[in-house]
Amino acid sequence: MKVLVPVKRVIDYNVKVRVKPDQTGVDLANVKMSMNPFDEISTEEAVRLKEKGVASEIVVISIGPAQAQETLRTALAMGADRGILIQTDQDLEPLAVAKLLKAVVAEEAPGLVLLGKQAIDGDNNAVGQMLAALLDWPQATFASKIEISGDTATVTREVDGGLQVLSLSLPAVVTADLRLNEPRYASLPNIMKAKKKPIDIKPVADYGVDVAPRLTVLKVAEPPKRQGGAKVESAADLVSKLKNEAGVI
Amino acid sequence: MAVLVIADHDGATVRDTTAKTVTVALAIASDVDVLVAGGSAAAASAAKISGVRKVLTAESTGLGHNLAEALTALGEQLAGGYEAILTPATSVGKNFAPRLAAKLDVALVSDIIEVVDAKTFVRPIYAGNALETVKVGEGRFVATVRATAFKAASEGGAAPIEAVPASDATGRAASFVSEEVVKSDRPELAGAKIVVSGGRALGSAEEFHRVIEPLADKLGAAVGASRAAVDAGYAPNDYQVGQTGKVVAPDLYVAVGISGAIQHLAGMKDSKIIVAINKDADAPIFQIADYGLVADYKVAVPDLMAELEKIGK
Repeated sequence: MKVLVPVKRVIDYNVKVRVKPDQTGVDLANVKMSMNPFDEISTEEAVRLKEKGVASEIVVISIGPAQAQETLRTALAMGADRGILIQTDQDLEPLAVAKLLKAVVAEEAPGLVLLGKQAIDGDNNAVGQMLAALLDWPQATFASKIEISGDTATVTREVDGGLQVLSLSLPAVVTADLRLNEPRYASLPNIMKAKKKPIDIKPVADYGVDVAPRLTVLKVAEPPKRQGGAKVESAADLVSKLKNEAGVI
Repeated sequence: MAVLVIADHDGATVRDTTAKTVTVALAIASDVDVLVAGGSAAAASAAKISGVRKVLTAESTGLGHNLAEALTALGEQLAGGYEAILTPATSVGKNFAPRLAAKLDVALVSDIIEVVDAKTFVRPIYAGNALETVKVGEGRFVATVRATAFKAASEGGAAPIEAVPASDATGRAASFVSEEVVKSDRPELAGAKIVVSGGRALGSAEEFHRVIEPLADKLGAAVGASRAAVDAGYAPNDYQVGQTGKVVAPDLYVAVGISGAIQHLAGMKDSKIIVAINKDADAPIFQIADYGLVADYKVAVPDLMAELEKIGK
C-alpha cells in the first residue's frame, strides 16, 4: 500500500511569533522554519507502517515555496521514499490545498493519506477533512492510534471527554494528533541518503485546480497584552484576594 | 437570510457552547435555527435559547455517534436555506465543519473569537500569538466558533421543534466501533467557571490525583493539565489545556506546578483571573498571573486547602 503524507513548512514552534508593524501578517524574514510538528508525527507513523510491512512506499508532498524542499528532505531523511513539491509563493487556503491534494491522489492512488491534524501557523485544522470530502473517502481525525489490517484501518481518536474508535475501509484519510507517536530524529547516514532521493517539482498550474482564496485577510494584529506579574505572600493572602478583591470564590 | 447552528449536545441537553454559538449567529442574521443531530431529547433545551426561530432534529446511526460523514450529509441537505452554518469548535465541530465546507465548496472560518460584522470575523492564528481579521466573500460560508470568547444567548425562548428526515451517509463512511468517555461528577473542562490544572512538577499520576483533584473538588472546579503532565501520563489526554488541547476561559484558573510554556498559555490566557503556584520565581506563568504564589506546591496546596476551609469551602 502506498501512503501519501502532506507536509508543511511553518515557523518553528519554538520561535516567538512577531506581527509585522503594518499588520499585513507575521514576520517570517530570517526566522527559523521547520516541518509542522503534527506533520512530523504523520511522517513518523507512515515510516512505522512501512517498517511493519504495511506500507510499501511513502510519498511526501509539500505545497509551498522552493524552500519547502528542505521540509521534504527532512521527511525523506526520516524514511519517506520520494517527494513532490507543488511550488508556489502564494499562501493557499485549506480548500485550495485540499483540491491540489485531491489531484495528487488521483495520480498517485495511495491507500492512505496521513496528515497532521493542523498546521501551527494558520491553525485551521481543515485540510484532512476537506480532502476526505472531495474524495468522498472516510475520515478519522485526531488519531492517537492507527491499526491496519488488510483493507481496514482501525483508528482511535482523541475527542472531548475521551476516546472514540472508528473503523475505516481503505482508501481513507487519517489526521494525526500529538500522542500518536514520538517522531524520530533522522540519523546522519539517513540525512545523506535523503539527498539522493527524488523530489519532483511542479507548478500549481499543472493541476488545473481553482486555488483562488475565499477569504480576504483584512489585518493581522497582536493579541491584547495581559497585565500580570503580581505576587502574593501566602495562601492566606491568596484566598483573601480571590474572595475580596477578585470576587471569584 | 438565515443562519443554521449545529448544536453541541450530550443527548439530553445542549451544552452552553450552543447558546454561545447562537450569540454569534444572531450577530450575523436575525433568523437563527438550531439543528440537534442525533440527540432529539436535547431539542427542548435548544428551544429555550432566546432568539432561536426553530429547532430541527434528525436521527440516524451515524448522527448518534457524531460521525463527520453523517453530519456533513445532513448539513448539505439543509444548507440551501442558510447563508451561514455555524458550530462550536469542539472535537465534533472541528471534525465535520471543514468536510461540510469542502462539500459545499464554500469558505471556512475556523475558531471565530469576535464578530466585526456579518461577513467579517477575528480568529486566532499561531496559537493565539496573532489575531487575523478575515472577510468572507459573497455567498454561503461555514464557521466554527470558539465558544469561550462569547456570552451565552439568554434563556426564555420557546421555539418550535421540527423533525427533519436524515438518511445515513451515502458513499464511503467511517463506522463507529466503540468509545471510552470518562464519567465525572466535576464540571466539564471547556465550560467550567473554575479550573485547577496541574503540571509536570507534580511528578506522578498518584501525586496528580492526591493534590490536584481534592483542590478542584473544594473549589467545585474542573481539572486540567499541561501538555507536559499529559505526555508524562500524569493525567488523561482530554485534560490537556493548551494550543493543541482544550481552550478554556474560566473566571478563575489555578495553575499548579505549571511553568507556562507558550502552548499552554494559548489555552488559558483569556481566563478572567489566573493564579499560579510554582516554586520557580522565574517561571513564565507568573508574567501573566494575576496572583502568583512562589512556593512549593507540596506546602502551598495544603495551606490553600486549609485557608479555603476557613472561609467555608
